[in-house]
Amino acid sequence: MTDQTTRARPLSPHIQIYRWTLTMMLSILHRATGVALYAGTVLLAWWLLAAATGPEAYAQVKTVSSAWYGRLVLFGYSWALFHHMFGGLRHFIWDTGRGFDLKHVEIIARLTSLLPLILTASVWVAAYAYLGAF
Amino acid sequence: MSDMRTPLSRVRGLGSAKKGTEHFFMQRVTALANIPLTLFLVGALVVHAGSDYATMTAFLGNPFIGLIMLLLIVSAVYHMRLGLQVVIEDYIHGEASKLLALIANQFFAFTICVACILAVLKLVIG
Repeated sequence: MTDQTTRARPLSPHIQIYRWTLTMMLSILHRATGVALYAGTVLLAWWLLAAATGPEAYAQVKTVSSAWYGRLVLFGYSWALFHHMFGGLRHFIWDTGRGFDLKHVEIIARLTSLLPLILTASVWVAAYAYLGAF
Repeated sequence: MSDMRTPLSRVRGLGSAKKGTEHFFMQRVTALANIPLTLFLVGALVVHAGSDYATMTAFLGNPFIGLIMLLLIVSAVYHMRLGLQVVIEDYIHGEASKLLALIANQFFAFTICVACILAVLKLVIG
């Protein structure tokens, strides 16, 4: 390597310098939820393999998924899924070349933060209804 | 300055990876497929929240359900493999550790994919 490529160059300010904005948070969350969903496929594989193995293996999954910590992970996972899905829809809108002006960016950002929360809550209310909670 | 490349880039001589837009395109295609497929899984899990083992395996053993599950697995794993590849390329800068992480990403994705397919096939075929 030459000196030209290794000499200290000015760096752009990192995230701790900027004032936090919703769009910036969503960008980071899109990645974070993506990575979480990636890791969580282990649970999907475990669930399917247990179902294919037999009642005892499946009972173990049920025990964990019914426990408070299991429910917490599943709740977080369902939110991550919806959040990432809406983040993806946001990108689909941008892929068409639309929605880049500040006004629409902000509207879309608010919608893609709120709708996943509402959907997650709805899904869990429905799940508990099927469990016979009400 | 007709050549905009850095001296380092010229020395290495690494040009296009000859992959074009495949990564971007398949990332979008699988993203699109994932929407109905994951919504189906979420819906199924909600409806079967209180189901016992026999009901659940009977449901998953239905060939049409199995087909949707297989499509979901392949599409979701393809999508997440592409996604994590970008995350690795963005944040891991050491050549050796980057290469190892990229290989680990492939191993993980393929293992999850094959494990899920194996389970679904056993549930459907018996």
